[in-house]
Amino acid sequence: MSTATTETTPTIVLVGHGMVGQRFLEALAERGLTATHRVVVLCEEPRPAYDRVQLTSYFSGKTPEDLSMTDMAFIEEHGIELRIGDPAESIDREAKKVTARSGLVVDYDILVLATGSYPFVPPVPNKDATGCFVYRTIEDLLAIEEYAQARATTGAVVGGGLLGLEAAGALKGLGLDAHIVEFAPRLMPVQVDEGGGAALLRTIEDMGLSVHTGVGTQEIVVGEDGAVTGMKLSDGSELGTDMVVFSAGVRPRDQLARDCGLTVGERGGISVDEQCRTVTDPHVFAIGECALAADGRVYGLVAPGYEQAETAAATIAADEAAFTGADLSTKLKLLGVDVASFGDAHGTAEDCLDVVYSDSRSGLYKKLVIGRDGTLLGGILVGDADAYGTLRAFTGSVPPVAPEALVLPAGAGAPVQLGPSALPDDAVICSCHNVTKGTIRGAVTDHECTTVPEVKKCTKAGTGCGSCIKVLGQLVTAELEASGVEVDKGLCGCFSQTREELYEIVLALRITSYQELLDRHGREAARGGDGCEVCKPTVGSIIASLAPTIGADGYVLEGEQAALQDTNDHFLANLQKNGSYSVVPRIPGGEIAPEKLIVIGEIARDFGLYTKITGGQRIDMFGARVEQLPSIWARLVDAGFESGHAYGKSLRTVKSCVGQTWCRYGVQDSVRMAIDLELRYRGLRSPHKLKSAVSGCARECAEAQSKDFGVIATSNGWNLYVGGNGGATPRHADLLAQDLSDAELIRLIDRFLMFYIRTADRLERTSTWLERIPGGLDHVRDVVVHNSLGICDELESLMAAHVSHYRDEWAQTINDPEKLARFVSFVNAPDTPDPVVAFVPERDQMKPDLPLLSIGLRPADTLEDVLEGSTQR
Amino acid sequence: MTLALETTDLKVQLQLTEAGDWFAVCDLSTLFPGRGVAALLPDGRQVALFRDRNGRLYAIDNRDPFTGAAVLSRGLTGTHQGRPFVASPLLKQRFDLESGQCLDDESVRVTAYEVRAA
Ligand code: SRM
Ligand SMILES: Cc1cc2nc3c(=O)[nH]c(=O)nc-3n(C[C@H](O)[C@H](O)[C@H](O)COP(=O)(O)OP(=O)(O)OC[C@H]3O[C@@H](n4cnc5c(N)ncnc54)[C@H](O)[C@@H]3O)c2cc1C
Ligand code: SF4
Ligand code: FES
Repeated sequence: MSTATTETTPTIVLVGHGMVGQRFLEALAERGLTATHRVVVLCEEPRPAYDRVQLTSYFSGKTPEDLSMTDMAFIEEHGIELRIGDPAESIDREAKKVTARSGLVVDYDILVLATGSYPFVPPVPNKDATGCFVYRTIEDLLAIEEYAQARATTGAVVGGGLLGLEAAGALKGLGLDAHIVEFAPRLMPVQVDEGGGAALLRTIEDMGLSVHTGVGTQEIVVGEDGAVTGMKLSDGSELGTDMVVFSAGVRPRDQLARDCGLTVGERGGISVDEQCRTVTDPHVFAIGECALAADGRVYGLVAPGYEQAETAAATIAADEAAFTGADLSTKLKLLGVDVASFGDAHGTAEDCLDVVYSDSRSGLYKKLVIGRDGTLLGGILVGDADAYGTLRAFTGSVPPVAPEALVLPAGAGAPVQLGPSALPDDAVICSCHNVTKGTIRGAVTDHECTTVPEVKKCTKAGTGCGSCIKVLGQLVTAELEASGVEVDKGLCGCFSQTREELYEIVLALRITSYQELLDRHGREAARGGDGCEVCKPTVGSIIASLAPTIGADGYVLEGEQAALQDTNDHFLANLQKNGSYSVVPRIPGGEIAPEKLIVIGEIARDFGLYTKITGGQRIDMFGARVEQLPSIWARLVDAGFESGHAYGKSLRTVKSCVGQTWCRYGVQDSVRMAIDLELRYRGLRSPHKLKSAVSGCARECAEAQSKDFGVIATSNGWNLYVGGNGGATPRHADLLAQDLSDAELIRLIDRFLMFYIRTADRLERTSTWLERIPGGLDHVRDVVVHNSLGICDELESLMAAHVSHYRDEWAQTINDPEKLARFVSFVNAPDTPDPVVAFVPERDQMKPDLPLLSIGLRPADTLEDVLEGSTQR
Repeated sequence: MTLALETTDLKVQLQLTEAGDWFAVCDLSTLFPGRGVAALLPDGRQVALFRDRNGRLYAIDNRDPFTGAAVLSRGLTGTHQGRPFVASPLLKQRFDLESGQCLDDESVRVTAYEVRAA
């Protein structure tokens, strides 16, 4: 059947399955062209199109599969012949044939080139030595990672542009000492001006990257084995390095086009007209980074490429479309620093004026370019690009407020927060997909989208680089509110209240039972039901933090409370991937006597547990079966240990440095203070986990500024920092108060923690809470230091009640046979261990038997063999 | 085997094959509302048993199909659109307690068993 159709069906051949190529396929499908045409795609890389823009997120844990942009169901559904790993090798335009590496020859009616770019490597000696890399594809990243881990401690990136900084950040993330060598006098010369470059430089150097600007790379130095050992720079100096990543710009991949006689630009790029048709051959199109657009530019960003893809598809469908040029606005988060530039960022228009706000102390730089008549022409934001979405959308018009109001930080006299509601309907909100405010509003009003994910799906807005999501969220909320839809801020499907509101209800009405709260205050439909996995632990935590005050039992395994706890809290241990648990006894302040160390060692040995020193200055024992937990804890409690609450949303550790007692620089006894704080707040249930640290002097060896509450000794007492965070979105803590006495310090922390517990959302660390609550740090300081709400007495007494009622959960549990009966794998075979929990040796200890877990996923009829197999091990 | 002293206590029983015999697992009183327990079947399979606040009983396979660990009995239970579910304690996918259907991935389902107290 297919031969006949193939002969009569016109064929479109796409060369290159990158981001733009994939978009082109989607545009073909949307226009119905995949039904009327045979579509053949020659893809050079070993995998279908993926998100190159997010490439660097591979190093923060995204897998190549996560990055994929290709839905194979889409390819199949539209009958697209996708040939992975089979690049085009030559084109015969006369015969209209493309030959691929596999030898396949395809006749085309229309040929579309989307071959992208290749990284430019400057012609320096030894540029191809072992240890030299480029940064463009997933394969490049895999190679960099492997080399870095196997044999490098230092890495240098040639080029301080956008990609260079990303590459340097990746090297640093791989644990290397990272250097950036940039020929221009500043970083990101294309996007930012001198002032912005200076702000960026300071921030990037503060992160521990070494930046060398104004110097070129002259030669790569290699050792006897031919591998990189360093590089010679143009100022005569030499930089020692184990690997080099070239990131000195890209060049269009136009060789295939040159070879078949298509016109290319002087500096490369396949020349096309406004319809993206090559100027040489009406049957051939070029789109994306390989094309030299009609306006004489080669665009190195994905948004213009997408527009070209749409234009080419429209032209093929005989619709009218033209690509006449695109906005080069970008917003990026580079190494955690916001950098944005939009419109005429460098102020090239005649007679334009600048409005600049610069604060080098905090690495902020903001510049707006304004026309004589007040029109916003463009700008640059470094350090804080929150206003980007709004500003970009106002570009080309006279904003409704004075320009300086738009760049001043909040609180520094900025009179207005210009929300997206002030924008005109034709303002472009998402430049990746060219979606206007009007379209987004339409999605809410006409297509009945009520959430950001629905709007994203409906309009494509926010599905590119992601930089517009914040404004998108604000717009959707504003639009829903305007159309009378109440935006649901409720905790979950069971409660329409926020966590903060539920806390107030529980406290005011002294409600001690979840069921009572659900049946009286839950959503109509949820009353009488069993709640859900979101509100149960949340309410359990609220009741636990208020227990002594409202007259509830503070023991989390008592009565109904037991049913509310997350698994970890329910077994007072942390569940691991194979169903075993980890055990973490409290080691206050990280201080431990040899006798106790020996006890831990003996227990771990006797029960065959895997031991590891944690990042929180204590010891974790992994691999305990649920039925072993009581006997392990009986021995720990006997030796004077308590629960470390590693499982709870509660205080974890208060880290310490040795401080004044031993350290020559210490000015206070940081260990004693850390122990005091850890014992005071142990067991305190809160919206998220709480971490703390105490350092003995400003050298900060305990890293207090990365903690929810951190304390640093001064010669006059203690400085208290709050809202710090490590983890996924690190945040430096803010100084709340200085030179406090012991008593003042503890009083302030009491108030701070109780205020946080009272007002934070579920799973909101102090860092995000501080950023979210209206008034931010200033408000919190007013409340807890200056008692502006008059609630400090109450906050203190709530904490006093917690402290005086604290009991060790494990000590309580091992003395309670009814609770202990829950610690079994099988209710009907209490002495039989779960056969899926098995271990294999590794590095003198053991680890979970992972293959056994996946074997366990076979259909039920083979289960018996599996169980037998596992006992043979 | 010793004889149970309390003959008044109801037993939770499972039907392992269609129209087959009922297999007694444990006393009804050991099932705490809103919390599950696991039971080992004669052929090595594991079942997760639950009781909701209205006293209804449910039984599904204990093995979490997403991770391979036998932990579904240790998840939090709830009601979603009027139907009872348990959320896996590992990666939090929810399973309908009556049908075993995963609510977060339509292609996944675990075995559900007939269960009664008698
Ligand atoms: C064991 C440990 C890693 C280690 O081998 O050192 C660890 C292990 C886990 N961490 Fe951690 N974290 C450990 C120190 C840290 C640290 C370092 C520190 O505390 O100084 C951090 C960064 C500091 C911070 O939290 O600000 C850290 C940031 C996280 C995060 C990200 C939190 C964030 O706000 O971004 C999570 C995820 C979460 O909580 O949602 C997490 C979650 C987890 C969980 C609970 C994940 C889970 O649910 O299975 C891990 C289970 C622990 C277990 O089974 O016992 N862990 N984790 C460390 C235990 C410390 C302790 O003694 O209690
Ligand atoms: C690390 C990194 C970060 C970036 N960040 C951003 C950003 O924040 N914002 C932004 O707008 N842009 C960013 N970019 C640029 C963006 O990725 C490109 O603009 C976009 O990928 C261009 O799409 P394309 O399809 O034209 O080219 P590509 O995505 O490069 O695809 C071209 C494909 O064609 C293939 N090919 C080449 N020759 C042949 C042949 N003869 N036969 C078959 N196949 C062939 C190539 O192997 C490649 O897979 C970034 C790029 C990188 C590398
Ligand atoms: S923080 Fe100061 S007192 Fe503490 S160990 Fe470091 S240098 Fe010594
Ligand atoms: S601007 Fe890039 S996704 Fe919207």
